[in-house]
Amino acid sequence: MLSIHLILFLAFGAIAVAGAVNLLVQTHPINSALSLIAVMAALAGEYLLLGAEFVAAVQVIVYAGAIMVLFVFVIMLLNAGVEERTKGSRVAILLGIPGMLVGSLLVAWVVLKYSGTQSVPVGALPGAPRTIGPLLFHEFLLPFEITSILILIAIMGAVVLASKPTTAGGPAKKVHD
Amino acid sequence: MVPLSYYLVLSGILFACGVLGFLIKRNIITIFMSIELMLNGVNLSFVAFAAHWHALAGQVFVFFVMVVAAAEAAVGLAIIISVYRTRETLNVDQVNLLKL
Repeated sequence: MLSIHLILFLAFGAIAVAGAVNLLVQTHPINSALSLIAVMAALAGEYLLLGAEFVAAVQVIVYAGAIMVLFVFVIMLLNAGVEERTKGSRVAILLGIPGMLVGSLLVAWVVLKYSGTQSVPVGALPGAPRTIGPLLFHEFLLPFEITSILILIAIMGAVVLASKPTTAGGPAKKVHD
Repeated sequence: MVPLSYYLVLSGILFACGVLGFLIKRNIITIFMSIELMLNGVNLSFVAFAAHWHALAGQVFVFFVMVVAAAEAAVGLAIIISVYRTRETLNVDQVNLLKL
């Protein structure tokens, strides 16, 4: 029997898997980036089905919004073209696709065989920001504060790495061969 | 009511697609996007387990994974820009020397 929850799960799951496969098939990075955005939007729908409203909102804002915009900016900045195939990549395709199919089928079979009939109901847990907030600011306060330091270090590292090499003999001077 | 195993299988498929992309892609930016796909697959299983065990901490873990992914994306893309500036290619097969 197909409940509306199961239908929505299958629809979002089909979008996610189709986007992931499209990411592999496409040769131009901008197409891969757009299909990854589709995967992330579909996963936000899955999170909403599980009742995780806060995570769904953060998924759309941070992942599909911020991180993927960064990716698209870099693709346009570097003017990335169609990737060329080499001998090594053909070997990786020949070995990788059958291996990955066998591995994922094995995992799916084991999970489905030994899972029993446990199921996750609609809106299973209160994932609203009102319930996440106290958890984040009481139990997980120290990791939360440490992430701010991590972000600060990441910003400084990105600025240092991506800044133009200085011409007056600075540390990031380009070496000529 | 969707069984927990369906969520785990979907998460496994997404993770497998990420691993496969990491192996077969030759553009360094696409390889980086495959890593993000793997992180997304893991996040889905985190949220599904959180819903199954009624443990909200799982959603907080997803939040931390996203924060680390954002930091990783910023630094990684800066490294890609730096690599492109010195090598003038994005193909990982041609980036095979530590020396400039």
